[in-house]
Amino acid sequence: MNGVHDLGGMHGFGPVVREQNEPVFHADWEKRTFAMTLTAMGRGVCNVDEFRRAIERMPPASYLAASYYEKWLHAVEALLVEKGVVTREELASGHAAAPAPPKATGPLGSGGGGVESFDDSAVKLRFNKSFKPGFKVGDRVVARNLNPEHHTRLPRYAHGKRGVIRHDQGVFVFPDTHAHGQGNKPQHVYTVVFEAKELWGPDHNERAPVYLDCWEDYLERDRIAARPAVKSSAKTAGQAVSKTKASPAKLAAKGPAVKPAAKSASRSRAAAKKGRKR
Amino acid sequence: MSEGHDHHNAPLSEPAQRVKALEQLLVEKGLVNPQALDELIDTYERRVGPRNGARVVARAWTDPEYRKRLLDNAAGAIEELGFPPGPQGEHMMVVENTPRVHNLVVCTLCSCYPWSVLGLPPVWYKSPAYRARAVNDPRGLLEEFEVGVRDKDIRVWDSSSEMRYFVIPERPAGTEGLSEDELADLVTRDSMIGTGLAQSPARRAGENRAAR
Repeated sequence: MNGVHDLGGMHGFGPVVREQNEPVFHADWEKRTFAMTLTAMGRGVCNVDEFRRAIERMPPASYLAASYYEKWLHAVEALLVEKGVVTREELASGHAAAPAPPKATGPLGSGGGGVESFDDSAVKLRFNKSFKPGFKVGDRVVARNLNPEHHTRLPRYAHGKRGVIRHDQGVFVFPDTHAHGQGNKPQHVYTVVFEAKELWGPDHNERAPVYLDCWEDYLERDRIAARPAVKSSAKTAGQAVSKTKASPAKLAAKGPAVKPAAKSASRSRAAAKKGRKR
Repeated sequence: MSEGHDHHNAPLSEPAQRVKALEQLLVEKGLVNPQALDELIDTYERRVGPRNGARVVARAWTDPEYRKRLLDNAAGAIEELGFPPGPQGEHMMVVENTPRVHNLVVCTLCSCYPWSVLGLPPVWYKSPAYRARAVNDPRGLLEEFEVGVRDKDIRVWDSSSEMRYFVIPERPAGTEGLSEDELADLVTRDSMIGTGLAQSPARRAGENRAAR
């Protein structure tokens, strides 16, 4: 969804306003909203992708005007109604007219409540099974130019941009379907590095590549031929490239500061092994 | 945007009333238990916060084997220190600052943040201004935060998936011989997001004096 939440690269919001000695919460109702939302998710009332979808569907002006926990409150109310746990009338009165569906009041996860129960549903977002990856570290890819009206996690700034796969993070549920009750569609998530010039244009002089996590369905192989893609990037980068040493090809070739590619793959395998035991 | 700030002196503001009604309703429905909510709140107000992350960083600075485990399997290494993954901490990757590379973490689409090591995010991290600018003006942003990164390459990590990113800042000079606890005191929340650096012992001492 090309929504107002998709803020990366927008202008006009001014400086970042920071609060000294900021408390964790600013009001009691924020605390209660936070805890009730986590509990509702722990009970499986909704998953995190549905929750994000509910926030993103706020009218744009309301989204920007609302505080963080006002967004949470909006989303948890909307989802409780959508899932048939409460009605709008009950929300208004603050009293139950009918019991909740049994599923919503069963025991909380394996941990028996609170944080532990939420863990289980968070863990489920990664699939500890082996799925054949479509890409490998070092592959040159293009982020598809997708503009679905439904929930998605591919930000607009990456649409149609060329990058290089830097890490394979393993297999996760697919938010585009998971947010809409259309199944998990598990697939690999890759960290893709996009050069700043590729994202923001040739006049952009920052040596500040963006590392973005992309589900496999968001990517396609860079078919305009891998070499020209890099050449054109080097060409547009002009003299800056030799100075900055930050073309996608070089970034791909350079050992990552985090960990070598082979390790990333072995880590995924280790995670897969660990998961099977669960 | 001044998220959250309009509610200080308005105990019965509209959201407060809605939340009161919601809790009453969910208690009646058997979905929530007020004591369990209190416990959950207490966890994030008192037990889970940037102090956890600071301990992880201090250990990584002093124990090369631990650092290796942290880079290889972050969630596992963090749990070793007694910090369970919890929500928003299960799938974690640490990124290390070096003399040539400075890492910066953002979530442009919402507010993804590594709760298990940093607690809940500050308002500015969730603000449109930060989310908009971190990806295409990170250097300007860091200047605003008074973070000197000189001519380093900046790597911006946009947490668009369930992976959570956590920065190991560079160990400040002049900290040889400090204990792990003393080192942890130098590790600020912002240094683990990338909008700050670990403090030098002198600066830390100065701030302590000012606070007294």
